[in-house]
Amino acid sequence: MNDLPWLTVLWALPLVGALVTAFLPKAPGSVLPKQAGLVFSLLTLAVGIAIAVQYDTGDGMQFTETHTWIEAFGVHYALGVDGLSLLLILMTVALVPLVLVAAWNEADDRSPAAFVAWALALESFSLAVFAATDVFLFYVVFEATLIPAYFLIGRFGRAGRGYAALKFLMYQLGGGLVLLAAVIGLYVVSSDAGTPSYLLGDLQQLDIGTDTQRWLFVGFMIAFAIKAPLFPVHTWLADTTEKATPGTSVLLVCVLDKIGTYGMLRFCLGLFPEASQWATPVVVAIALVSIVYGAFVAIGQDDILRLIGLTSLSHFGFITLGIFAFTSQGGTGAILYMVNHGVATAALFLIAGYLIRRKGTSLISQITGVESKAPVLAGLFLVAGLATLGLPGLSQFVSEILVLISAFDYHWWVGAIAVTGIVLAAVYVLWLYQRTMTGPTAPGDEALTDLNRRELVAVVPLMLALVFFGFYPMPLLDVSNPTVDSLLQHVGVSDDAPTVADHAEEGTH
Amino acid sequence: MYAFNEGAIPVVDPTSADGVYSLLWLVVALPLAGAAILLVGGRYTDKWGHLLGTLLPIGSFVISLLLFADLLGRDDGDRQIKQHVFDWIQTGHLDVGMDLLYDPLSALFLLLVTGVGSLIHVYSIGYMAHDPRRRRFFGYLNLFVASMLMLVLSENFLGLFLGWEGVGLASYLLIGFWQHKPSAAAAAKKAFVINRVGDMGMSTAIMMLFVTFGSTSFTVISANAAGASETKLTILGFLLLLGACAKSAQFPLQAWLLDAMEGPTPVSALIHAATMVTAGVYLIVRSNFIFELAPDAQTAVVVIALISILWGAAIGCAKDDIKKGLAGSTMSQIGYMMLGAGLGAAGYAFAIFHLLTHGFFKANMFLGAGSVMHGMNDDVDMRHYGALRKMMPVTFLTFAMGYLAIIGFPGFSGFWSKDKIIETALADNWLVGICALLGAGITGFYMTRMMLMTFFGEKRWEREVHPHESPSVMTIPLIVLAALSVLGGVMLAGDWIQDFLAPVVGAGAHDDPPLPALAITTIAVLVVATGVAIAWMLFGRQQVPRTAPQDVSFVTRAAREELYGNQINDGLVVNPSRRLIGGLLLVDKHVVDGTFTGGPLALGDLGGFLRRAQNGFVRTYALSLLGGALLVVLALLAVNLA
Repeated sequence: MNDLPWLTVLWALPLVGALVTAFLPKAPGSVLPKQAGLVFSLLTLAVGIAIAVQYDTGDGMQFTETHTWIEAFGVHYALGVDGLSLLLILMTVALVPLVLVAAWNEADDRSPAAFVAWALALESFSLAVFAATDVFLFYVVFEATLIPAYFLIGRFGRAGRGYAALKFLMYQLGGGLVLLAAVIGLYVVSSDAGTPSYLLGDLQQLDIGTDTQRWLFVGFMIAFAIKAPLFPVHTWLADTTEKATPGTSVLLVCVLDKIGTYGMLRFCLGLFPEASQWATPVVVAIALVSIVYGAFVAIGQDDILRLIGLTSLSHFGFITLGIFAFTSQGGTGAILYMVNHGVATAALFLIAGYLIRRKGTSLISQITGVESKAPVLAGLFLVAGLATLGLPGLSQFVSEILVLISAFDYHWWVGAIAVTGIVLAAVYVLWLYQRTMTGPTAPGDEALTDLNRRELVAVVPLMLALVFFGFYPMPLLDVSNPTVDSLLQHVGVSDDAPTVADHAEEGTH
Repeated sequence: MYAFNEGAIPVVDPTSADGVYSLLWLVVALPLAGAAILLVGGRYTDKWGHLLGTLLPIGSFVISLLLFADLLGRDDGDRQIKQHVFDWIQTGHLDVGMDLLYDPLSALFLLLVTGVGSLIHVYSIGYMAHDPRRRRFFGYLNLFVASMLMLVLSENFLGLFLGWEGVGLASYLLIGFWQHKPSAAAAAKKAFVINRVGDMGMSTAIMMLFVTFGSTSFTVISANAAGASETKLTILGFLLLLGACAKSAQFPLQAWLLDAMEGPTPVSALIHAATMVTAGVYLIVRSNFIFELAPDAQTAVVVIALISILWGAAIGCAKDDIKKGLAGSTMSQIGYMMLGAGLGAAGYAFAIFHLLTHGFFKANMFLGAGSVMHGMNDDVDMRHYGALRKMMPVTFLTFAMGYLAIIGFPGFSGFWSKDKIIETALADNWLVGICALLGAGITGFYMTRMMLMTFFGEKRWEREVHPHESPSVMTIPLIVLAALSVLGGVMLAGDWIQDFLAPVVGAGAHDDPPLPALAITTIAVLVVATGVAIAWMLFGRQQVPRTAPQDVSFVTRAAREELYGNQINDGLVVNPSRRLIGGLLLVDKHVVDGTFTGGPLALGDLGGFLRRAQNGFVRTYALSLLGGALLVVLALLAVNLA
């Protein structure tokens, strides 16, 4: 049982699923491809759970597989998971089946089989990204994710999707190119030091010169800032989420974009600890601008999907802020934020999708009074929105307060600026709710129906996760804490002691 | 007597819960379970939801009584009990438990919240009988009660914040309960957003507490507060005060409270009068270990309190909407509590005392107003009332008890509690005391005005309105609350409340007031009598016109406009923000996107190119990817060979 290459199975399974779905005989109107795709995504979920069950929280990288791939360049097929990877993998394998269920009819006017196949392919590559422990392998799958993402945006969605897909691709390829240069640079450093190797473990042992380290850091960071995205390279995000289907947006914003912040933790901090600290003031400034700017711009949107997309700019600012505060609370908060943001934003996108399908428009100014006809839809949308604005009792609060604490610890005024995000978040969420959901029933909405069973099945698990981890985040914290501890140790920082020592505690020791 | 040095700041040092105290978590869990069942169960619980929703808070009340009885049997020094329910957040040094603290302060709040809360649940059975969404209403009410109990029971600031936001959510949901009305939906959002401004203060205080003390627990912070610099403690005090101002509708974050009257009247009674809005007072009294060491922050509390007392009273004088009149009065009365809290150890106990008596008489009057509206086809304009005392005798008599209590008629509960605060204020600073006295006079005026316009004079309602007394499910809670409004002062007998709260807030004797206590009381009664007399001249002896006169002085106009609070907010915050957002949208589109997308022109060209290659599109892409990969390998080779 334990000889099984779990992680290879994990990412190969959805890829096989994608191929099977794509090449199944396609009778018009057949649900077979969709069912097959769902089965594969559920199998992947089962493998993810099996990995989580066997995972030992105190034991660093696990389920490692290392095979030489291209010996001359020191490239390996190397996989492994630690707390950071595990949480993102679990989030991914849980979200994909829900997206497939929620988007069951979304691509019926085009090719449902293709939608499912591309979604599974995206899942596969994303899982490989989160499991890769070889920088070259990471780069390859990092770029590979763009193919399914491009087709998901470009083929399914609303008018203007072609432009959005192209814009998405240009930004990502641009970032990828910079990353490529840095990856090659890394090889140079590695081969200079002796045998070249792209293994994370080997690279972390290298003593990279200050200037080189800074250059490489900048290369990685630019790619990840575009991916995440952060101000000012965020404009692809709004266009993409506006034009793509809500299901695609979930895969993009909740899963794919996490590669950016994942990369900052894994590679920027992991490989270039000193350069990361050197760049901190600038990164923190960008993160703060993203938080405030993203929230302001979100408030002004008239398109629900665009609005939700832009709220993520604000949230990625928070995640980045937590990462670069270099404290246990910040690191753990950032990791939890990635997961919680994934869950809350997925719920927002999916329910917004249900709403748009009913109303035939995504313009906030043309939707009103939905609550009176569809109270369950409105209620769940509100819960997801409240999670997004960081209401205590829902999971995103835990991550947000941890990040805020770390920001204040970094510098009091950083915490003071970031905290304005909680007011702005309340404005964009509740104003959106007020405009779309409240008020008298709109004329023509008499026949508006509430959520059906399939739609509920896709979002109720997200709601349960939001509430459960809001009150009891310890399972997530138990997984992420050791990873953050060892990362901070590697970076060489330790948490500040409280300014006022605890007399009571001193007395007992 | 608890061995306690006068002037020393008490430390939170609880023992762990056993015996009857192991039930403590149930106090919160029962109404929380009610909220979950009613809101998740949906229409399947429609038939019995309101009954379950009423029984569960009553269950919490019974447990609270048991706990209180046991607490009274304990020694003064042994009245702090902590229950660790589960680990909440642990990372690095940060270790926050879901911990509950039961001490004299939370004991009183438990009784108030579950007691008055249960009465209002019972009342709502009748009040909401014809509302198709009654079950949901009870779900929200239960959510509120659970959150409020969490707020007052938490042993750390983070858990307090959980309850703090929970009551904010319940308030949002209940103000907007009739959300098909755009005004209700707007009021709900306004309340939440203004409260979020206060939450910035709360959140920042939590961050600063953790960075300073390495903990958010009352136990740790109260033990170590003396080690922190006065500057830090003052900043903490200001941050907490910001939070308190929003939740308690104190100047300058008061503008949401009057709009909040869009909610059903039982909500106004429970949340926006008796309990939630007093959370700010609780916060300051609970954080006494910070404020006692930060005199500047205490001064700020006093200043805010005085402005709020007069501001709220001015609004109360001008409103014709009975609920808004009461809301202005609530702001003003909370100002008195804040004043008591700002006066430090001498005033904490009186702040809580006034909070309790106000909880009784204001809930009483709000429910009375609801009963009046119930009989008047939901009309809230007092100019359409008049002579209702004959039509609604029970409502009239119970309302009158509340009225006598709030104006401070000798012997009624409000007389004792307000008098103590005025006395302490005068001892602290004569100017503060005079402002507090003035507020008492205005209270006498506006409450008499309300009483006369509603229950006395000529009848002014239309022919089709048939005022009638409410059913007994509504009048019985009124009678109970009226009795409490009359008798609440008994808590002061033998200085019971000061002694009872001393282990939490310290035993501070105030300086000697400039006048003997009896003289101050006499002056206060005379000032109130003056206010009552003026109201009688204007509204008792003269006819009240059915429409509000328009040729009024600037002062009246300003008071009707709530002293332009909304206009100030719009001018200073809302409109500039709108303009900023408009500007940012343009910048985002033209500057940021323009720069980084390389101009729409270039992209248009690229799009054109790709369209031409549409047939082989997938192939083109695959090829370019292959080409890219080749490039990578070549680059690596080049580096390798170099």
